[in-house]
Amino acid sequence: MKTLSVPNLLGIKHLVKEDIDLIFETADHFKEVINRPIKKVPSLRDITIANLFFENSTRTKLSFELAEKRLSADVINFSASGSSVKKGETLIDTVNNILSMKVDIIVMRHPDVGAHEFLSRHVNTKIINAGDGTHEHPTQALLDSFSIRERLGDVAGKKVVIVGDILHSRVALSNIYALKLQGAEVKVCGPVTLIPKYIESLGVGVETDLRKALEWADVANMLRVQNERMDIKYFPSTREYTQLYGVNKKLLNSINSEVTIMHPGPINRGVEITSDVADSDQAIILNQVENGVAIRMACIYLLASQIKQ
Amino acid sequence: MSDKILLNSKKIQIILQRLACQLIENHGDFSNTVLIGLQPRGTYFAERIASILRDDYHVKNIKLGKLDITFYRDDFRRRDEPLNANSTEINFLVEGQKVVFIDDVLFSGRSINAALTAIQSYGRPAEVELLVLIDRRFSRHLPIQPDYKGATVDVINEEVVVVNWSNDTLSDAVYITNKKKK
Repeated sequence: MKTLSVPNLLGIKHLVKEDIDLIFETADHFKEVINRPIKKVPSLRDITIANLFFENSTRTKLSFELAEKRLSADVINFSASGSSVKKGETLIDTVNNILSMKVDIIVMRHPDVGAHEFLSRHVNTKIINAGDGTHEHPTQALLDSFSIRERLGDVAGKKVVIVGDILHSRVALSNIYALKLQGAEVKVCGPVTLIPKYIESLGVGVETDLRKALEWADVANMLRVQNERMDIKYFPSTREYTQLYGVNKKLLNSINSEVTIMHPGPINRGVEITSDVADSDQAIILNQVENGVAIRMACIYLLASQIKQ
Repeated sequence: MSDKILLNSKKIQIILQRLACQLIENHGDFSNTVLIGLQPRGTYFAERIASILRDDYHVKNIKLGKLDITFYRDDFRRRDEPLNANSTEINFLVEGQKVVFIDDVLFSGRSINAALTAIQSYGRPAEVELLVLIDRRFSRHLPIQPDYKGATVDVINEEVVVVNWSNDTLSDAVYITNKKKK
């Protein structure tokens, strides 16, 4: 019988290959569950989960909430706007107050890098990272790899290029860790200003020419330009960015190999990806969303199994 | 080995034939009946029963599925070891059908209880029956009894009844062994 090697899901960096295999095996079963006429299992009927979102989220929050409800957990939601955080309450105080209401698992998104690590050292509960600043977004990386595995059969040996704003992307970092752990080859592609200086130390290649990157790749994961995290101007104009790093049908058709297109959302149609690509069979964007629920069910289930009665 | 053989392959063959006949008696041509093997070990037994019905009694259109009850178990977080799931394969409608659960050993009845909850995710069966190879009497935690049973055994709780299915059926065996001491 297998269990995760970690007590919390803080980031892919802390996982081993066997953890990812176990999460995928479990997610396979949950994917079957969410396609049944009745999509709910009673496993977590005595578990309470708090979703703490200190930063905006649509699909991740919905996906987690749905995953929790499909597992029959009791769910409470918290968003920083309109909470006591605005009145000056510290993170530890906020979380401890929630935990005194007998909450078993915390799912948290926070704008500060390392907020989850910090919290895990100060509170006694299970923590799942739903995104911390520009650092990690482990469940997104897991669902991305799961979707690659589903489409291409395996992740090992596949060539994946992550295109766009690598500098501000937690999706990129978690994906790099996850893909490397599973034996994929990874390149990042984007304007040099949006590629972190020492990214190659993670064992990934850098390509600034999108066409060359796509010709090399089996999979292209297109990232959104995160204007909200940019303190300075990293490229001259959105129009220029789109011309150099936006993927469109004409570009894809001119490439010999079939590249699978992914996007973690939200999409800026016409900027990093055009509608004819996003809505094509080449794109697995909606599969990623569906798989997100199964992956999150698996992560929650496996962590909950460590909480002894 | 201190294992004690309860049933050898010959006896198991006779029992399987009897159970198949009993099923035919109650379910006729199986047009409104589905067989569901419970994961993990009931599925082998269910495949045996289904192949006897098909090959020896020429029952056509046997609907055979596999049901995993891991996510429905009542001992989640109460065991020393985590529960890992198996696959569920039910490629037909259960709504309005007569469902026959097939498992190798009936012990506490908790697995069957979980299976009764799990099957409802696929619709509302007209009725549910239970077929087991071995009924361990006097060890039930719940008011669950089999409709069809191969053999009844009385063993103490420290002993485990193991059913061994072989590919060629010649080495099929049911034996009693002691629980592994950790």
